[in-house]
Amino acid sequence: MTALQDPPATEDRLAASWATQPGAAGWFTALNHKQVAQRFLVTAFVFFGLGGIQSVLMRWQLGSAESTFLDAQTYNELFTMHGTTMMFLFAVPVGEAFAMYFLPLMLGTRDLPFPRLTAFGWYIYVLGGVFLYSSFLFGQVPDGGWFAYTPLTGPEYSPSSSIDFWLLGVTFVEIATIAGAIELVVLILRYRAPGMKISQMPLLAWNVLVTGIAVIFAFPPLVVASVLLELDRKIGTHFYDPAAGGESLLWQHLFWFFGHPEVYIILLPGLGIVSTIVPVFARSRIVGYSLIAVSTVAIGILSFGVWVHHMFTTGIPQLGLAFFSVASLFIPIPSAIQISAWIATIWQGRAVWKTPMMYVVGFIVIFVLGGVTGVMVASVPFDTQAHDSYFVVAHFHYVLIGGILFPVLAAIHFWMPKISGRMLDERLGTIAFWLTFIGFNVTFFPLHITGLQGMPRRVYTYAESTGWELTQAIATWGTVVLTLGLLMTLGNVVHSARYGERAGADPWGGETLDWYATSPPPAYNFRGIPEIASRSPLWDTRPFRPRYDPATWQDELREPRAPVRQVVLTSVLDAVPEELVTLPQKSWWPLVMAVALTVALIGTMIDVYPLALTGVLAAVVTGVAWIWDRQDQR
Amino acid sequence: MPAEPAPVAAPAPGSVLDPVGPEAAQIAGLTWFMVVLGGLLWLATVVFLVLALRHRARREPRANDGGAKAFIAVWGVVVPVVVLPIVFGYSLLVGVDTSRPAPSGALTIEVVGHQFWWEVRYPEAGVVTANEVHVPVGRPVRLEMTSADVIHSLWVPPVAGKLDLFPGHTNVLSLQVDEAGRYLGECAEFCGIQHARMQFVLVAQEEDEFTEHLRALQAGPAEPGSDLAEAGREVFLAAGCGQCHRIEDVSEGADFAPDLTHLATRDTIAAGMLENTRGNLAGWILDPQGLKSGVRMPPSNLEGEDLQALLAYLEGLR
Repeated sequence: MTALQDPPATEDRLAASWATQPGAAGWFTALNHKQVAQRFLVTAFVFFGLGGIQSVLMRWQLGSAESTFLDAQTYNELFTMHGTTMMFLFAVPVGEAFAMYFLPLMLGTRDLPFPRLTAFGWYIYVLGGVFLYSSFLFGQVPDGGWFAYTPLTGPEYSPSSSIDFWLLGVTFVEIATIAGAIELVVLILRYRAPGMKISQMPLLAWNVLVTGIAVIFAFPPLVVASVLLELDRKIGTHFYDPAAGGESLLWQHLFWFFGHPEVYIILLPGLGIVSTIVPVFARSRIVGYSLIAVSTVAIGILSFGVWVHHMFTTGIPQLGLAFFSVASLFIPIPSAIQISAWIATIWQGRAVWKTPMMYVVGFIVIFVLGGVTGVMVASVPFDTQAHDSYFVVAHFHYVLIGGILFPVLAAIHFWMPKISGRMLDERLGTIAFWLTFIGFNVTFFPLHITGLQGMPRRVYTYAESTGWELTQAIATWGTVVLTLGLLMTLGNVVHSARYGERAGADPWGGETLDWYATSPPPAYNFRGIPEIASRSPLWDTRPFRPRYDPATWQDELREPRAPVRQVVLTSVLDAVPEELVTLPQKSWWPLVMAVALTVALIGTMIDVYPLALTGVLAAVVTGVAWIWDRQDQR
Repeated sequence: MPAEPAPVAAPAPGSVLDPVGPEAAQIAGLTWFMVVLGGLLWLATVVFLVLALRHRARREPRANDGGAKAFIAVWGVVVPVVVLPIVFGYSLLVGVDTSRPAPSGALTIEVVGHQFWWEVRYPEAGVVTANEVHVPVGRPVRLEMTSADVIHSLWVPPVAGKLDLFPGHTNVLSLQVDEAGRYLGECAEFCGIQHARMQFVLVAQEEDEFTEHLRALQAGPAEPGSDLAEAGREVFLAAGCGQCHRIEDVSEGADFAPDLTHLATRDTIAAGMLENTRGNLAGWILDPQGLKSGVRMPPSNLEGEDLQALLAYLEGLR
């Protein structure tokens, strides 16, 4: 630690103003990015566990022909909830959660730009998830698939409340995602450490920036689509009803206009994590920083031009399909650039074979195969065979488990020492990696073959004569191994949090500012905000000696004159410091707002519209109070 | 009357890579091409990755290596830019070929998707049947497809790619089967609780057999051949079966249930799920929900005698 980080001899107003109040009131009003991001992380992994249990049940059902372990209805509910949980409640939030925790640290600031929005996002994420899962209590579990195609999910063919649980619950979670995206975009553009040019920020920031912008454009169409369907269901409009001049294909367009960018919204934070970990364990600066950043942006843009490749079998004319096929075939290029850049970086340095790196290597092996099958399904004629078959199931599990779960596991091994201050067990981690990697491939590779053998998706059982039993049974046993590996990682995390070896500030020889803070970091992250002049600040001089300009804004940040939370706002491109911004310290309004909206949600759900109206009015009043009442000082 | 062959259970689904028609054959070729090419590229990437992991630089590099940048240029840009247009071009050719409308003279069959069965119509012959599509070998066929309720998708893997059945649209799937045989057709778009059990049998037969089959379907229903069957027809009407199921000249039926005029000619019942045997038929009539929960058919509590009569009647519907 340099003098910059030493506490002052006099009263420590900085630590005091960033401390969270003790007790339950403190817990409910906490706003700090690390606290809330930890809640996001834990919640996301709880949902991952639930989605995982659902998948194990389904795999058990499919492990043998004509199995009666699950009935048709239960199976359909499980695959609907599995997809919905993994996509909306795990994969997107977990990427945002890591970004919320680590980007302020990596960018050298103290918090997210809108702390109350952070807290609000977590509350409605949890409440939306609980709302969705409460459908189990009422025996009204959504059963229309995570894609919820109309007219099957319309009022005529799904008269029960199950689809309402899905539409309303998912919409809530989407609002949380949009809130998180807005925060992260503003954080990356305006709160980087002074001097950290946009061309010098960590690649994870590029990935999250593109992700955030994609969320802001892709999620509102789904919110709109969901509202239209809810109107069809609740008040008898006919947006998707072909019998009354509506169009059920409209849902598919709106859904996939969200749904394909969604895949990249999930994937890009994963790629960013990989770009962060590779240089540290390759012991080399990343090769092709600009190329990676540009290809990240390219992926973000292209992801909006490919949605129809989920609709190749709907009867849209060939010429139209050809456009979307070409666009889909462009996407591998920026992906190939990134993969080549990582391989080149590893080659250029001296690779260190530690658990985070193992998961990164596992990611590349799996993800490239998912990319190859991705090119295959982008081919229109092949897709007419593969679409909605087990080939596609295999493909997207390679892309999604490869693309986000492996990077997330890498991130856990990489960053848990920063969060808890203690190292994970390397030997246990190695065993868990191999179980996970092998279990994953044994589970999902055979399903490519089952698909080509003609097995459609979303079938709760199959006849013995189909010949699908062998590959399906192998997949089921693979799941056992995969589950074992994941449980071992869970055990490792829990065990290390208490008994792990002390990590110190920088156990891996890190490149970015997160390793400059102590482990775990103080609530304010950095006492003095370092000024940055390169991409790898911690590698330029060892030990790191940040530039520090006393008697400027720096002094006020280091030793605030009043007990306030201050961060420095910098310009978009060159991160020139512009002004000090004071952030709120605590607030009840995020919780009140989330509860008010939940009341509105429940009112809509049970058709008690006065209740819904009360909730909406309460939310409006809360909004006014939110703006009026800022607790900037304690 | 010639001895009818005994009914057989639904066939196994064929493989996409074991095609029996020109559409599927073209796609199978494309599939192999992409599998081999993609597999090689994947393997090469993994080899590069392993080599990179094993490579030890003498010291930690200060600046980026020119060779490393060249690798990105070649493996990240040049190779995809060369390979992808080839894949796209080949796909486009196959796509144009496999989606070409069937030539004039093709046989037109109308297929209507229902939760959870297939209505099959031969408009030129004026025939309506269900869950079994007969086509002549080597002759192009136009399937004009739509749906009566939700979205379904028709897929016979060794014959052609799938195409969706949309309510309010007609999609046309052109195909041709070059090898006589029985093939499993499946619903590939999730359509509700019994999506898994929505299948049909595609029977490809020689032209003369096909003509004979169609002629048999064109004729009205067989008259009951015994007193028992005669009584069975009364049971059919009295028990209300005719409210939903049409039998030509006997009952009007409704459009959400399969036409039973020639039920006994079909190999399977319950949309490919069960072999069309007396035992299965009895089980199905008594407890369809137990066999296939969520189908529209209600259970019935027929007396043993009535059931026997009804079965005798239904078994005579050739």
